[in-house]
This record gives sequence, structure tokens and C-alpha cells, in this order.
Amino acid sequence: MASNMLAPENRSGFAFLLTDTGGKVMLAILLFAVIIVPVFNLWVPETSPFHLSTFFVGLFGKYLTFALLALSVDLIWGYCGILSLGHGAFFALGGYAMGMHMMREIGTRGVYGNALLPDFMVFLNWKELPWYWLGFDHFWFAAIMVFLVPGALAFLFGWLAFRSRVTGVYLSIITQAMTFALMLAFFRNDMGFGGNNGLTDFKDLLGFNLQTDGTRVGLFIASAVALGLAYVLCRYIISSRLGRVLVAVRDAESRTRFLGYRVEYYQLFVFTISAMLAGIAGALYVPQVGIINPSEFTPANSIEIVIWVAIGGRGSLYGAALGAVLVNYAKSYFTGALPELWLFALGALFILSTIFLPKGIVGTLPAFNAGAGARAFAARIIGRVRQNLGGAP
Amino acid sequence: MTPAEAAGQMPDQSPDTILYLDGVTVSFDGFMALNNLSLYVLAGELRAIIGPNGAGKTTMMDVVTGKTRPDRGKVLFNGITDLTRMDEARIANLGIGRKFQKPTVFEHHTVFDNLELALAGGRDVFQSLLFKLSGAQSDRIDEVMEIIALEEARFAEAGSLSHGQKQWLEIGMLLMQEPDLLLVDEPAAGMTDAETEQTAILLKRIAGDHSVVVVEHDMEFVRALDCRVTVLHEGRVLAEGSLEKVQNDETVIEVYLGR
Repeated sequence: MASNMLAPENRSGFAFLLTDTGGKVMLAILLFAVIIVPVFNLWVPETSPFHLSTFFVGLFGKYLTFALLALSVDLIWGYCGILSLGHGAFFALGGYAMGMHMMREIGTRGVYGNALLPDFMVFLNWKELPWYWLGFDHFWFAAIMVFLVPGALAFLFGWLAFRSRVTGVYLSIITQAMTFALMLAFFRNDMGFGGNNGLTDFKDLLGFNLQTDGTRVGLFIASAVALGLAYVLCRYIISSRLGRVLVAVRDAESRTRFLGYRVEYYQLFVFTISAMLAGIAGALYVPQVGIINPSEFTPANSIEIVIWVAIGGRGSLYGAALGAVLVNYAKSYFTGALPELWLFALGALFILSTIFLPKGIVGTLPAFNAGAGARAFAARIIGRVRQNLGGAP
Repeated sequence: MTPAEAAGQMPDQSPDTILYLDGVTVSFDGFMALNNLSLYVLAGELRAIIGPNGAGKTTMMDVVTGKTRPDRGKVLFNGITDLTRMDEARIANLGIGRKFQKPTVFEHHTVFDNLELALAGGRDVFQSLLFKLSGAQSDRIDEVMEIIALEEARFAEAGSLSHGQKQWLEIGMLLMQEPDLLLVDEPAAGMTDAETEQTAILLKRIAGDHSVVVVEHDMEFVRALDCRVTVLHEGRVLAEGSLEKVQNDETVIEVYLGR
């Protein structure tokens, strides 16, 4: 978490982007993927060994939405010291908003063939669409709700919490309570969001059939572009004076207050932006996995996001994205090969990374931090070995 | 008649009184940290406040800067503005800067960025987002960097500075705020003799343009400041005057040496 702030002469134009090597590498990889994935999935024939399977495209498309979610958590945790253990809630709300639109898109193709009501409402014997479902038949309306609803909730929640100076572990606990409360609410059938089963059986989005390879590739590209743009936005924020104030709040909150900054407004701003990004991630996730249900609100999900960021390395943005992709790739592998061991592996990963990689992968591993990082890493390992050998000099 | 007036001190209406505490009382669970404290500081004055541990020195600073709300009494800034209803940020923006006892700088920011963050004006969220450093502001940073003798460490992370340098950086940040009144809590604590001497020179240089209130334990340092001294004891003013006068005061001797 070293200072990756810009020198003053680099604070104009696009310098905020060009000075971050890790970020540039990430953007280059995303650009490469956006070009290469359609070519190898859609145009290379399936018989060719170079063909990229649609399963793979869907999997990595999903990882990219997780990377975006991790980025949103890193923005508040890595730079402003706000540890949210409820960010899964904003992700899920964005997902529900997109899910509601896709439910309306089903129209008469549902089991009951009702043009107005989604199947679960017909099943519950509802006669009309609840008021909060109105407007979701328009894509543009749903697209706005995707970030407006999580943003509004974060603004309200943050306004109450930060104004009362609730920070640190207390804030973490109430964010956890928030997502738990939402989970219980969304489980209820009479909330009108499909209860236990959530929203599923989506057919298409913007007229594109969700089952086709082309749509899958399109969603992958949309996720990659969203991640890239979100990175640029976050990088712009943290490179501005506002970003330096955020780090100041993280490191010495009362000093920042005595300098005349209204710390709560800064926390509120960045918390709301972060929730909106999480909402967008959720909206891109749902069409790729085909379902959204209340389990997305489980507190464990939100904690897992924090683990991705911790493992990747907080306070660098691209580290969070890397952590999300790596941990989820490991998760896919483990839950396939040794399903019962995944939670143990995740726990071990978290403990080991806290002990050996307190700054995460990008903050510690030599490849990301040539020179100083490598020496510090080696020194720590040697120190630990010596300690374990019983204090021999 | 207020207690201050009863003691023959200057009333709050005086145009050159920058800070005026009137009958301020703060208690924590029955412990009287400040007990009907009244004192005033003139514009441009350098004032030292001394007193044994628990005399209420830091609590007094907390009250003035909005960290602690007094149970009773008022705190007037420039003779008219009551500070007891305002929060830290508002008070800071009125022109009151504070230096903590333990040097508190932004460890992960460079010296330059620490000073830039303290730069007067533009505290709003969106102003910060779009902020561009002007030439004049940059010159001001250079100027302050020279005053606090940290030009060499311009782009060093503040966390890598020595204890004394951090103290100066924090004083430099106060100067960047362009406050009318600076409250400085034990600036010489943990400094070498040479650093202490330089700090006294620095504070004397700052006073005049600004009013400076220094809380200090170190008598040599207070002597070097060569200013009016207020002795606090059990949350109220015990004596006031030159260091000479105060040191010969019977009650002061009793408080400092009697136990």
C-alpha cells in the first residue's frame, strides 16, 4: 500500500493513467481479450484446437464482473479505509434490476404465457404488476436503476453512518447486518422479487438470445469494457486531490478534520460511487449466469469479495481485479475437483496471504514490485525461518 | 460580570482579542477537566501554556478546536464567533489550526502532498476532484517548505521523516492553512536540543503574523519562546505573566514542587 500517488508535474491530462504500470498491463490484457475472444470463439471452427469454448467465455466473463466488484471494494477499502462487509448487497441489487428487466422481456414466452406478469407472480395469484416493477420493461430504465438503486441505498446508509462517525469495525458490522437484512427481505415471496427462487428463465436481452455464442461473447466484451472504464474512473478519482484526501482520511482521520475537510462527505462520495460500480458488476453478472436469487445477499459472499481484494493486494486497483480472477479461477477448479475442500482452501488462502503476503500479491511478489519488494519479501521469509529455528542468530 | 472581568482581565469586546474563553467547564464522568476556565489571547500574540499533567491543557485545545463540547461556558473567536456549537472542519476553516502532541502527518503522502492537502481553500468534495494546483499555490508550498527546512525532503514520504522533521512538517501544514490562530501541543516533545532550539525560532517567526498558543512541559523551551505564560492547574488558571514572575509565584511553586 505504498504511496502510488503522482508527482505534481504528472497531474495533467492523461498522466493519471499512463503512470500506473500495473493498470496499463491490465488495460492491455482487457483490450487483447476483447479482440481475441470473439475471433477464437466465433470464427475459429469448433474442430480446431485453437477454438475457445463458450463455457470458457462465460466463465471468464463472470470473473470479469467479479473483478469489477473487487475494484469497487478496493476503492473504498484500499484508499479510504472503509471495510465494507456488505458489498455483495449492492452487487445483488444491480443484478436484480437487470433481472427484472429480463423477466419483463420474457413476455408471453413464460410458462403461463402472461404478457404482463412474470411467472412467479401468476403462480402467487397476483393480478397486477407491483408499482416498483413499472418501467423495467424499458432497457434504459433498468440500466439507470442498475446503479441508481445501489447508489441511493449506499448514500442513505452512508449518510447515517458517516455523519454519526461510525467507522472501522463498527461500520463493517453494520454493513454485514444490512446485507443480511436484505437477504431475509428478498427471501419473502410477498416482496415481489421471486422469493427463494429469485429471477430466472431469462430469454433474451436487447433482443439477443442469451443462449447464443454471439450474445455470450457480447456480454464478455461488455464486462471487459465496464471493468476497463471503471478502472479509468477509479484511477482518475484517486489521482485527484480528492483521492489524496481519501488516503489522508484512511491514515489520519482526525488530522484531516482539523485541516478543515468534512471527512463524512468524502466517505459518502466514495462509498456511493463504489456501490454504483458494484451494481453495474451485478447487472453484467446476472445475464451471464442466468439467475439472481437472495443467496447473492449472503454475508459470506461479501466477505469473500474482501478476501479477493486482500489476496490481490489492496490499494492498487488492478491488484483487486487480479485477486478476484485468481481466487475465482481456483474456486472453479476446486469446486470441480475437490468440492468439499473449497472452503478449507479459501480459509487457508486467506490465512496464508495475511501471514506471508500482508500487502497482497501485487504488493509483495517480486514481479510486481521489482527491487524493494523482492528484498523485503526475502528478508521476511528469512526472518521467519530464523524465528522458527528457535531464535538462533 | 464574567469571571474573567472579575479577575481584572480584558473583556471580550476588545477588537484585538482573538480567542476568549469564558467560564468553560468540561467534566468527564465527574472529573473536572476544565473548571470554569477563563483566558484570552491577543491577536498576534505568542502564548505559552504550562501546567502539570491533568491540568486541562489538551482538553482546552479540544474545546477550542471542536473536538470536545464544553458543559458550560463560551469560546469566542475574534470576539464574536462562538465556537462551542461548531464541528472541527468548520472551526478549521474559520482559521484555527491545530498541531497534535504526537506528530500527525499523512505518512503515505510525500512532504509536498502533505502541504498541498493543507493548502487553504477548496475543501468541498467536487472542488477536490477537479483541483489543479496554480503557480501561486505551488510557490506558497515552496515558501513554507523553506520555512520548515524540508526542501531536501520534498518528495520523500512523510513516514520516512525523523520525529523532529514530522513536527516541523505538521507546523508547515498549519501555515499552509493560513490560520489566524495556531494551537500547538508540545512541539518540542522528543526533539534533540538543536531541534528544540530551531523550533522555538520557528514559532517566534510565525507569531506576529499569526497568534500562537503553545502548550509545553519543557521549561527551557518556554524560556526560549520568551513570551507571556499561563499556568493551568486543575482545569483553571493558576497564574499568568512573564516566565520569571510565574516561576516565583508561591502557588505555582507549591503545585509544581509541593507534591
